[in-house]
Amino acid sequence: MNMVLQSIFSAEFVYSILRMATPLILAAMAALLTKKAGVMCIAFESIMLFAALGGVVGSAFMHSALLGVLSGIFCGVIVAFIFAYFVLILNANTVLTGLALNTLGSGGTVFALYVICGDKGTSTSLSSLTVPNVSIPLVEKIPLLGSIVSGHNIMTYAALLSVILVYIFINKTALGLRIRSIGENPQAAESVGIKVVRTRFIAIVLAGVLASMGGVYMSMGYLPFFTRDMVAGRGFMAIAAQNLGGGMVVPTMLSAILFGAAEALPNVMQSLRLPAETMQMLPYIVTITALFFVGGTHKGEGKRHKK
Amino acid sequence: MQSRKIEQRFRIIRMLVAVVIALTIAFGFVCFVSKTPFETMGNFLFGPFLTVRRLGNIVEMTIPLLFTGVSVSIMYSCNQINMASEGGFFLGGVAAAYIAVTFALPYGIHPLLCIIGGGFAGALVCGIPAVLYVKKGVLPVVSSLMMNYVSLYLGLLIINYVIRDAQAGYPCSYQYRDTAILPDLFSKTNVHAGLLIAVMVLILGYLYLYKSQWGYCIRMIGKNPNFAKYSGMNVAGTILGCQLVGGFVAGMGGAVEQLGMYGRFQYQALSNHGFDGVLIAILSHYNPKFVAPAALFLAYIRVGADIMARSSDVPVEIVYIIQAIIIIFVAAERFLEGWKHREIVKASRLELEIKGE
Repeated sequence: MNMVLQSIFSAEFVYSILRMATPLILAAMAALLTKKAGVMCIAFESIMLFAALGGVVGSAFMHSALLGVLSGIFCGVIVAFIFAYFVLILNANTVLTGLALNTLGSGGTVFALYVICGDKGTSTSLSSLTVPNVSIPLVEKIPLLGSIVSGHNIMTYAALLSVILVYIFINKTALGLRIRSIGENPQAAESVGIKVVRTRFIAIVLAGVLASMGGVYMSMGYLPFFTRDMVAGRGFMAIAAQNLGGGMVVPTMLSAILFGAAEALPNVMQSLRLPAETMQMLPYIVTITALFFVGGTHKGEGKRHKK
Repeated sequence: MQSRKIEQRFRIIRMLVAVVIALTIAFGFVCFVSKTPFETMGNFLFGPFLTVRRLGNIVEMTIPLLFTGVSVSIMYSCNQINMASEGGFFLGGVAAAYIAVTFALPYGIHPLLCIIGGGFAGALVCGIPAVLYVKKGVLPVVSSLMMNYVSLYLGLLIINYVIRDAQAGYPCSYQYRDTAILPDLFSKTNVHAGLLIAVMVLILGYLYLYKSQWGYCIRMIGKNPNFAKYSGMNVAGTILGCQLVGGFVAGMGGAVEQLGMYGRFQYQALSNHGFDGVLIAILSHYNPKFVAPAALFLAYIRVGADIMARSSDVPVEIVYIIQAIIIIFVAAERFLEGWKHREIVKASRLELEIKGE
């Protein structure tokens, strides 16, 4: 037990929390954007998967990590675009569309993987590139803090930066204000001349960019290759993080970090010799418990009309 | 009346168009991958009907889908997007495996207890998201997906640490006792007695949803919770109740699948039956009456894809692409809307003219 406590209060553990939380933070910011626009998007799982595959394939064929990242984001945004088209233009049920896209994500990526590399499990036969880790000069010299903050993947810094950008975007820009007003009351927003469909479209595509970055990180930073279903419910956990954060930027980031910690914990607890399954269950149990204590942003049928 | 009939007809037309679009896109993929696209597609479409064995495969694959289809139909009828039938199916199978391995019971009673045990496990899994919704207002979409992962790892924990057969050479449970196995119905195929249970569940599910007071409450809450509430229905209780019933059916499905098709528990991942159930429920418009054709259709394209994957280099995952395209087009309300609208206008004009005469 002592050993476990020691490793929990170590710089490496905090470092690994940030590493695990990176895709969750990015996807949670995406979930926040769609939530603000009043769209229940559960397609992040699929967006992230396609982005992860797109990144690996792009970087392998174009021999450039940057182009790989861009092609990954492109793939993810296409999925977001399909989602937006069906939900906004063809008036499809958002949850069913998200569900269909997630099915497409897990099946379609394996299909594409098999066609491209002849393997249904991983993309190791492709010589794909990764996004490098960077150490911040000066900061890395600071004891303790340096080893926590410095030396992360570029995408991790991008994730932290995205939190600030999303905060500014939602709270300080005209488009952000429009998105928020549509989420609050689309009819009222429309009556003052805001184009609801177009604005929602923009919000979903922007969310697609953020979630895709999370997906690209999975296959080009977290791991150096693509494996089937590698997103493993992170897209859903991001939605849960957004729920916990109550639609606010900083609490959403903190909940994403909490889930990241739940994912990082198993590595530390290995010395306890608990079955692997209990540890794998942990992030999901933490999510459900947290949802139970915080409650939904959507009030239950019983409570909605009490006033 | 006329326009409702047209609406109904269009629902079917839209579904057929969705299927055709999906198959066309699939054919595009096949052309892209395979060198002999027509032969491959022929295998996919007609292969399943060629031998008795393959026809048997279709029926075998349909059995669990009937359970999850009915389960999801019940749960979605009150407008709860509860995906936990996936986890319920899995944990139901685990519970049945545990009972089938551990207890010595006589023929007849043993499978019955396994199935009931599986049902309770499924009800537990699907009930938790419902409790979260009713008590705390947490939308079931996210919580139920989290439940799926919890039930996967909980199930694997039981299989790999409590009833694992260390001598088997691969991770699986001990063999089920002979008393627990569901017998096969026909020779040459593995179609097992679970089919009879599935048909029973289908009929009971239909009666429950469409011919009983509970079913009426469920559907009314699904259509308009406020109306249901103000006419004095117990909204929270009904939502919770129908999620439990739906979960029970999903768990039963998992149990039946284990006892009918396998000699020991071998899954190491979620089996995807619950998500297939969602597709079936959508295609059948949450009516158990239409669950059987939808499940047969899905099983048919599964078997077809299997044959195609074995005889060519097109991976079996193409089924998921087809599935996704069908769901998305069936869900798209405005797809073909213009056509439908014109038809309704034409019909009502006709009616007016007849009345005018």
